[in-house]
Amino acid sequence: MIKIANVSKQYGDFKVLTECSTTVSKGEVIVVCGPSGSGKSTLIKCVNGLEPFQSGEIVVNGISVGDRKTNLSKLRAQVGMVFQNFELFPHMSITENLVIAQTKVLKRSKDEAMDKGMKLLDRVGLRAQAAKYPGQLSGGQQQRVAIARALAMDPICMLFDEPTSALDPEMVNEVLDVMTELAREGMTMMCVTHEMGFAKSVANRVIFMDQGRIVEDDSKDAFFANPRSERAQQFLAKILQH
Amino acid sequence: MHEFDWSSIPGALPFLWDGMKISLLITAQAVLIGIVWGTLLAMMRLSSIKPLSWFAAGYVNFFRAIPLVMVLLWFFLIVPRFIETLLDFPPGSDLRLSSAMMGFALFESAYYSEIIRAGIQSVPKGQISAASALGMTYGQSMRLVVLPQAFRNMVPLLLTQAIILFQDTSLVYVSALADFFGAAYKVGDRDGRLVELLLFAGAVYFVICFSASQIVKRLQKKYHPA
Amino acid sequence: MNYQWNWGVFLQPSATGDDTYLGWMISGLQMTIALSLSAWVLALMLGALVGVLRTVPNKLLAGLATAYVELFRNIPLLVQLFIWYFVLPELLPPDLGNAFKQSHPVMQQFLSSMVCLGLFTSARVAEQVRAGINSLPRGQKNAGLALGFTLPQTYRFVMLPMAFRLVVPPLTSEFLNIFKNSAVCSTIGLLELAAQGRQLVDYTAQPYESFIAVTLAYVMINVVVMLLMRRLETKVAVPGYIGGK
Repeated sequence: MIKIANVSKQYGDFKVLTECSTTVSKGEVIVVCGPSGSGKSTLIKCVNGLEPFQSGEIVVNGISVGDRKTNLSKLRAQVGMVFQNFELFPHMSITENLVIAQTKVLKRSKDEAMDKGMKLLDRVGLRAQAAKYPGQLSGGQQQRVAIARALAMDPICMLFDEPTSALDPEMVNEVLDVMTELAREGMTMMCVTHEMGFAKSVANRVIFMDQGRIVEDDSKDAFFANPRSERAQQFLAKILQH
Repeated sequence: MHEFDWSSIPGALPFLWDGMKISLLITAQAVLIGIVWGTLLAMMRLSSIKPLSWFAAGYVNFFRAIPLVMVLLWFFLIVPRFIETLLDFPPGSDLRLSSAMMGFALFESAYYSEIIRAGIQSVPKGQISAASALGMTYGQSMRLVVLPQAFRNMVPLLLTQAIILFQDTSLVYVSALADFFGAAYKVGDRDGRLVELLLFAGAVYFVICFSASQIVKRLQKKYHPA
Repeated sequence: MNYQWNWGVFLQPSATGDDTYLGWMISGLQMTIALSLSAWVLALMLGALVGVLRTVPNKLLAGLATAYVELFRNIPLLVQLFIWYFVLPELLPPDLGNAFKQSHPVMQQFLSSMVCLGLFTSARVAEQVRAGINSLPRGQKNAGLALGFTLPQTYRFVMLPMAFRLVVPPLTSEFLNIFKNSAVCSTIGLLELAAQGRQLVDYTAQPYESFIAVTLAYVMINVVVMLLMRRLETKVAVPGYIGGK
């Protein structure tokens, strides 16, 4: 589904990504973790072309992301993304947030888009908030709407960029629950997150990044039981203390 | 098509330079008065003594509501007559120029006052608490703690306002002061070369204001790296 | 002081006989409003366009937009006005220039003033629009793109609607400025409010009444515009955000 091969990216002299390679098969859930500044968010943004990269290749569902001829908008419409700061559109009601891309990008009829949007709102448990504006919801609620907004596009896979790190602790679980359910239904997912509990229960594989390199790429059991690199050991020790 | 003839400019340069000196003089005077009087107004506005705060608010809002051209006309046409009759000046003493300059400075003070008020308010309240906890009076904490920080934050804005003010000086044209623009207009009118002189004046203002604003930008980057 | 106050002067027939002095003032007020509003429309359209261009990734377009803003910001309004009024007609192709010079004098003054005020203000509007767009969280653009919007669609549906709401309060002060700046146009003989005030002083020999009335008229315009813009601000406020409910 997603193939990342030897991807490198740099700003001037600063190497953000160095020779990153991995693959994600259909239905797989991959958790990407690592210390801040390790390049994990950049990597995931390269997958749908939000960040350009200088060398290597990323292929999503048979389409090369780095190819100049690729219609990136069309590709992105098939790849759902959820952001750290939710990024709902503050000037639109929740309903409008769910409908706008369906009608303008996928050219669905208004009724069809509304129908779809409402079903997904139901699914994330926020039907009652449909008429409100993003600023009137809690962070956890906003993030659930953002997930619903991405799902409304019927994506072939989902990218999560630290979906819980801007949330108050008591709201983390409501978002993780939605993600877990999604994973169980067989959605292909690539998640940048520090939630090791989520990784342990749902992930198929864990990728650990440090200084722009993929240091570990292993099944979750192998990763948690026996991380090979010293950096990953230190990282796990720190994060599991809490 | 118009045939350009720039030959009247070189000979007129000394006269234009005299005009530029007047423009700069008015600018310097108004910046100085603007900052001093503007600071006082800002402190009055923020003061807990209601009449002072009302006066400052009224002053600032009034001057910000009316056009500079109107203020200059008041101080050029009306105020000198008033002062002359009031103080019984001997006829023939011409107050109009100094009056126009004063009006200009009073007008610009209102704008400076707003910048300075915002600057003072940008200093965290805890700073005044900390100063009073050290035993300083209100005046001391303002003078020693708040204002120095406020001015450091405000320097780019104060300088930007000075550039705007320099551009505004061209409006003293309505009070017949021979500033740089007035001088350029006079030369153009006299030699029938208004097109060239106006373009020349525009270019001179542009070069001065653009360079000055680039310097301010650089200062800003140096002291407040984003 | 032996000044004779006479507020009744406004009801006296004017020197030209066909109107009262109050009529002069009202016609000046009408001219100021007509000029400011038409220039404001121009400023909003051009300013929005140039402001957006300043934020686009295309270096050439962004550079041109920056040059536009710098040009209009760094030359005094009065100088710009004189250039539009005295210089531009000389530089136009002869046919066009002559057509302009043969049109009605008031038309010439009004057109020059409108274009001058409009373009001068558009540069300032552009700066506000740019600041509004740049103040949006960076993620908003990414979120739009990630949903499959093209860049123009992202501007149209995501960034601009929000940026314009953020820009309403600072635009209020630009809108007020355009009324105040319109007084500069009295220098080329356009009979707007300030020019009528000057004329009143010359004709009525009641300088205090004349100037007080004109000054109050400007204060009144200021108050009305502020009230209108405040209503607009509450109307466009985004629920749950600063300024919203």
